[in-house]
Amino acid sequence: MTKTDQAETIEPSSAAADDEPILRVEGVHVQFGRQAVLRDINLEVPRGQTLAIIGESGCGKTVLLKTLIGLVRPTVGKVWFQGKDLANLSETELSDLRTRYGFVFQQAALFDSMSVARNVVFPLVRHQRKTQQELNEVVAARLAEVGLPESAARKKPAELSGGMRKRVGLARALAMNPEVVLYDEPTTGLDPIMSDVINELIIRCRKRYPVTSIVVTHDMHTARKVPDRVVMLYPLMRLKHDEPQIIFDGPPDALDDCKDRRVCQFVRGEAGERLMEMREQAERVS
Amino acid sequence: MDADPQSSTTDARSSGVVDALADWVSDVGAVAVNWIVGIGEVVLFALRTMRWMVTRLPARETLLPSFYQIGVLSLPVVALTGTFIGMILAVQSYSQFRLLHLETRLGGVINISLVRELGPVLAATMLAGRVGSSMAAELGTMRVTEQIDALSSMGANPIHYLVVPRFLGCLVMIPALTVMADFMGVAGGWFYSTVLLDIDKHHYWENSQKVVNGFDLFGGVFKSLFFGAAIALVSCHRGFHCDPGAEGVGRAATSAFVASFVLILILNLQIDIFLDSLYYYLWPQGVSFL
Repeated sequence: MTKTDQAETIEPSSAAADDEPILRVEGVHVQFGRQAVLRDINLEVPRGQTLAIIGESGCGKTVLLKTLIGLVRPTVGKVWFQGKDLANLSETELSDLRTRYGFVFQQAALFDSMSVARNVVFPLVRHQRKTQQELNEVVAARLAEVGLPESAARKKPAELSGGMRKRVGLARALAMNPEVVLYDEPTTGLDPIMSDVINELIIRCRKRYPVTSIVVTHDMHTARKVPDRVVMLYPLMRLKHDEPQIIFDGPPDALDDCKDRRVCQFVRGEAGERLMEMREQAERVS
Repeated sequence: MDADPQSSTTDARSSGVVDALADWVSDVGAVAVNWIVGIGEVVLFALRTMRWMVTRLPARETLLPSFYQIGVLSLPVVALTGTFIGMILAVQSYSQFRLLHLETRLGGVINISLVRELGPVLAATMLAGRVGSSMAAELGTMRVTEQIDALSSMGANPIHYLVVPRFLGCLVMIPALTVMADFMGVAGGWFYSTVLLDIDKHHYWENSQKVVNGFDLFGGVFKSLFFGAAIALVSCHRGFHCDPGAEGVGRAATSAFVASFVLILILNLQIDIFLDSLYYYLWPQGVSFL
């Protein structure tokens, strides 16, 4: 069989695999003790899409993000990665699968005891056999990609600013050429300029590599600029029993046209009835 | 029809007592359940650690720093404690033995106490204080700052990467620390007794040799292995299940030491009972200590 024949044979199945969403969340409930955080979440993320999950603090965005990589196990429901149910995987299989993800943590979660260079190549050292020379090349390339000087490689995370830490976190997440990159509030705690630098890096990363990105944020600038699609979660405690937790799912442009009062409030950053609630609570306490 | 006010007061009082009793039973039940859950969690944690130990040993670059941190850096404090305990034993026992004109038997008493009990227990206590708390605080901080989640997200198993090296470090280094505590304690006791209290050196050693045998030394070192394993597992477990915030990390460090110390005492008693039974099984004629 010639190479062309092989390609022809493989093409239909790979095309079918491409049609399948890379991540699928089916009826996911997450509960910690008596506190329910997520209820009946259904979501499909097509390959190559950049999805932003927005919502106010405590609505379960980070929990949903961690559920997608198996760091939090759903109380009910399933999470599928390319047709594989994460709950059915053994510990080793799940560890192997996670090498196909990159995760940028809110506070970067760099390993304090290691240098920046060691942090960046940590997944490579764990999973691939590379010479020191190759590792050095990866460090230099990844740091250059996120706009950090080579001299930063020798520093410890404690010596870096918040923005630099986030960029090292991004460099580490990209080290294994992941298929999915998960960003947990990538711009929180950064000045507007550095926030925009991070936004640009996320966009550039998507253009350069065929990655699917999921960005959890409550920064509306990021939510408008970075994704192809926005999903908004609402805190469970503010919902009635039968109301869905996802209150918006659409392109970022549609956020401003949305008629839902809760979405409008969030997009405009209006406290609304929250101030009244706080006042009533203060009166009750006094 | 109007209710009798006196009977309604009595009813209210008895229902109050029943409620209080129910609350008490519920509280005791909750404590018992929490204990059982806690023990179950530690056992599962230990089993997962054992499974990783037999499936894949950690890399040298994670193992050697653990050995250095646990063993080499603990040596000075263990040696110092051992020396002073040996000398204190001499100070405390001397006046009693002198009344009976048995000063030369002091060596036997000091050395058997050190080799069988004080050496292993003190080395383990120092390890729990110095290393156990620090492991719980370090892993607790890693938990709070999501570093443990970061490890998992990169396909590295946190138990394999963080717990197994610390467990092996404690297991391998504690016998050496115990021997060091024994040696320094014996040396400290000898120095104080023979140099400062002027007890005859020859008889001091002769009596020591009659009382302390190889089984005592083995028993002390054997016990220390269990202490080391308990310290590593309890401390790592506390760190892994640390509550959020600085307070949570502090509480994890404190509770790691307290739980390790209690476990050392319980294990010590159990293993002593076992070793005594084993000794009299192997040598039924027993041994005369004095």
